[in-house]
Amino acid sequence: MIPATFEYKRASSADEAISLISQYGDEAKFLAGGHSLIPLMKLRLAQPTMLVDIGRVKDLSYIKDAGDHIAIGALTRHMDVEKSPVLSKHVPLLAHAAGYVGDAQVRHRGTIGGSIAHADPASDLTATTLALGATYVAQGPNGKREIAAKDFYKGFLESALAADEMLVEIKVPKMNGAGWSFQKFNRRAVDWAIVGVAAWRNNGASGVALVNMGSTPVLAGAVSSALAKGASVADAAAHAADDAEPQADLNASVEYRTHLAKVLVRRALEQASK
Amino acid sequence: MSITQERANSIIGQRMLRREDPALLTGEAKFTNDLVLPGALHLAVLRSPYAHARIKSINVSDALAMPGVVAVYTGKDLRDAWAAPMPCAWPVTPDMKNPAHFPLALDKVCYVGDGVVAVLANSETESRDALDAIDVVYEPLQAITDLEVALSDKTIIHEDLGTNKSYTWNLKVEATEGAVDEAFKNAAFTVRERYVQQRLIPMAMEPRAVAAVPQPFGGDITLYSATQVPHILKVMTAITLGIPEHQVRVVAPAVGGGFGSKLDVYAEELLCVALARKHGAPVRWVEERSENTQATIHGRGQIQFVELAADKDGKLTAVRVRLIGDMGAYLQLVTPGVPLLGAFLYAGVYDLPLAYDFSCTSVFTTMTPTDAYRGAGRPEATYAIEVAMDALARKMKVDPYELRKRNYIKKEQFPYTAFSGLTYDSGDHLAAAEKAMSHADYAAVRKKQATQNVAGARKRLGIGMTSYFEMCGLAPSRVLASLNYGAGGWESATVRVLPTSKVQVVTGTSPHGQGHETSWAMIASEKLGIPPEDIDVLHSDTAIAPLGLDTYGSRSLAVGGVAIAGACDKVIDKARLIAAHQLECAAEDLEFVQGTFSVKGSPDKAVPIAAIAFAAFTAHNLPDGVEPNLEAQYTHDPKNFSWPFGTHICILEIDTETGKIEVLKYIAVDDCGNQINPLIVEGQVHGGVVQGIAQALYEEAVYDSDGNLKTSNLAEYLVPAACDVPPITTDFTVTPSPTNQLGVKGVGEAGTIGSASTVMNAVLDALSGLGVTKLDMPASPNNVWKAIQAAQGGN
Repeated sequence: MIPATFEYKRASSADEAISLISQYGDEAKFLAGGHSLIPLMKLRLAQPTMLVDIGRVKDLSYIKDAGDHIAIGALTRHMDVEKSPVLSKHVPLLAHAAGYVGDAQVRHRGTIGGSIAHADPASDLTATTLALGATYVAQGPNGKREIAAKDFYKGFLESALAADEMLVEIKVPKMNGAGWSFQKFNRRAVDWAIVGVAAWRNNGASGVALVNMGSTPVLAGAVSSALAKGASVADAAAHAADDAEPQADLNASVEYRTHLAKVLVRRALEQASK
Repeated sequence: MSITQERANSIIGQRMLRREDPALLTGEAKFTNDLVLPGALHLAVLRSPYAHARIKSINVSDALAMPGVVAVYTGKDLRDAWAAPMPCAWPVTPDMKNPAHFPLALDKVCYVGDGVVAVLANSETESRDALDAIDVVYEPLQAITDLEVALSDKTIIHEDLGTNKSYTWNLKVEATEGAVDEAFKNAAFTVRERYVQQRLIPMAMEPRAVAAVPQPFGGDITLYSATQVPHILKVMTAITLGIPEHQVRVVAPAVGGGFGSKLDVYAEELLCVALARKHGAPVRWVEERSENTQATIHGRGQIQFVELAADKDGKLTAVRVRLIGDMGAYLQLVTPGVPLLGAFLYAGVYDLPLAYDFSCTSVFTTMTPTDAYRGAGRPEATYAIEVAMDALARKMKVDPYELRKRNYIKKEQFPYTAFSGLTYDSGDHLAAAEKAMSHADYAAVRKKQATQNVAGARKRLGIGMTSYFEMCGLAPSRVLASLNYGAGGWESATVRVLPTSKVQVVTGTSPHGQGHETSWAMIASEKLGIPPEDIDVLHSDTAIAPLGLDTYGSRSLAVGGVAIAGACDKVIDKARLIAAHQLECAAEDLEFVQGTFSVKGSPDKAVPIAAIAFAAFTAHNLPDGVEPNLEAQYTHDPKNFSWPFGTHICILEIDTETGKIEVLKYIAVDDCGNQINPLIVEGQVHGGVVQGIAQALYEEAVYDSDGNLKTSNLAEYLVPAACDVPPITTDFTVTPSPTNQLGVKGVGEAGTIGSASTVMNAVLDALSGLGVTKLDMPASPNNVWKAIQAAQGGN
């Protein structure tokens, strides 16, 4: 479990980090909590030659009430998201979902920005922020830009971030008392979800996203459309996998995964409708 | 009555905290990889990415040019380093096929993970980096991962053997010829089942680690290894490398678990020794976790065909078993013997007439070699008979406990000579089962089940049980001889009372988590009347404890602990002669109670063992013919295996929509005879039960059809964590073994032996109402859901 040789630089600000990453190009990677990148490096599946450590960029760790949304700094640790009173009040679905990430050690090291930038379809937080209609703020050499969560995930571990861009903030709309549910189905408590569902409902509106049901986190638009047209929870849930292209793995066949998505979406909507 | 009640003043039976734990918990314990060895070279092994391939060429020139690289060796470079191939100590039949197996492959690789090239470098990182610079050209050949395909010999893995079949071993016992066939013909009920014992990957907390250090004095070489078997390793290292045995010293420092996987002689141990001698420098190696999944042995790996015949009351009249054993690519130390360890247990705890027909054929495949894994053959056997008993109960429409009660060997039948000729020393199956049933509140749970498991129920309740026998305390040497095993089964102990009355207990067992230092001190304390804190236990170093056969097969207490008691007896006998001399009485007039000799009837005429120890040391006034010093060595060769037993019960719920299983309650009632330290006993049961639950619900080494291991890390290979296992209720009955003076039986494997079948019986109990009566392990949610779908006619 020894990674290939790499160089290491620590950035003290976002600007410095971006300037370093621009300097070293494609072979460089940002290192935040390290809980996605380091395991890949240890298995030598990832072999970046330069790591730009942004772990001590302090001004990127925050959770702020910004009126209609909550602004979360990209380096905020999962544990801080989970325990945040602001999020518990205004975006309880996200705080709750953060409590399902890995185990306590992972939640104390891993960051919400790292998880989203890694763009893992099996991540709990990519799908949750997608369901919530979050906006991600990226910063590059030419300043900041906003990317809607639904436009962010481009493929397996691929995001809309340019190589010299860094995710700096996650803006999550307040839930305004919407009913919600997070369903994570796995075999062991600390595993990635075999299938997960993040869902909320508020009057006619809803958001449903699926964990690990394709190469990216999946917005189950067909479910929300059906609900908007007045479909029952059970009928809407039957459309759970319409927008998904699930893969088979050791834990689930495509057929089983599809079935699970329907069951879990139904259960999520039942809970969100209470 | 528990042992603590029985002997209120006794050390034995107390819940003493383990003396090993402070060092382990604070990180002070020194494991092999913690040893500081200045100037050591680091070994890394390039492993085959192919399951089966011919090596066409190997180019190491780029690797040799890498920074820090000292040497690079191929299998051919080192061919002359080996005086003999790697050892298999258990040629189970005279015609068993055993391919020559060397630490590095010569012309062919036969599994993913097979060692191909060894690199020595100045650091671990440099040796690892150099592996990426080695160019090996392979000609891939057909992988064989299916046992039945292997048997067909369409592709032969070891061409010189001419077949993939290693051996066929039979155990047929009939009162009269044809008794088994006759019983099946006349049976009121029969079942025929096929079970798959999936391969499991042992996951010791500490992966393997080795350091070989040439000695400036006191012998040629010291081999430090994370091993369960320093004594066996010493002999085998000497033989394999052609080094005189007295010049090899093997030390097992703190060892972090083994479960059988460190009961072996591995390529890396031999490579480190060979290269340390060649380079005149220490050579060390530590296993990566993903290497551990490929290059350390796997466990289980059997297909079982089990047939039971029963009369109209469900009384068993015959058992027939056909096994296919997956040896993997090569035979490791005891690989071929594993199915034999189960061969005697396919009638379980039941009173079977002489109508037993067992046959095992073992085959080579292109997968990691298998070998002993906690329970070794016995969990597999117990699974087969116990899951088949439930199948029989379903067929007969009787309660599975009722069926077992009709078949248990009864208390008054012990000692019981089984069909196999083995004698079960003692037991009371009904008592253990009744106790378990009472913890489970069996009747109430059955009642709840009847209400809950209605058509359309989302969650179905299941109750499963197992009553087991664990053949352990390996082993009587004469019995091992009859099984063609290449060594004995004795264990040695030396007890040395030092001049100041402190004690050294030297044991041939080699603990790697079992707490022997605590338990052995308790035994010696009980015998000698000296406080346990004054007793040191020395072990796992062949220079300090030269005689021993190490730790595996639930043998350490039942053989090694009994040896300590025997050595204490010899010490006391000698001390008695000296005491009699001092007290001017006859030796037989002395009694020895709590560390003091006194004349029977005159308690004031007494001398403590401390005084005797000093007198033995000064030797100023010893009786004629008595040698100075108070020390004795004793070797215990058990008269019989020991036969722990018990009943386990599992209560679980299955979500029929998702197939997910939640174990609600797990009850283990075990009888391991007298208990030395109940705290350690409970810990052993907990760990064993979790390993069995893991086999039933989580773990499986998955290979694809090209022979790639898909579960080669801990994200894919699902070892359950503490939060994934249910609360476990442990309770005990105590039926002392009559075959050793401590009345002990051993408990290392009991939990594992009883648990996988218990869980699977509960799973099938929950699902049989839906028509699911067969399910392979692990009962993953996907597998359970698929089985329900299939039974319900799809959709």
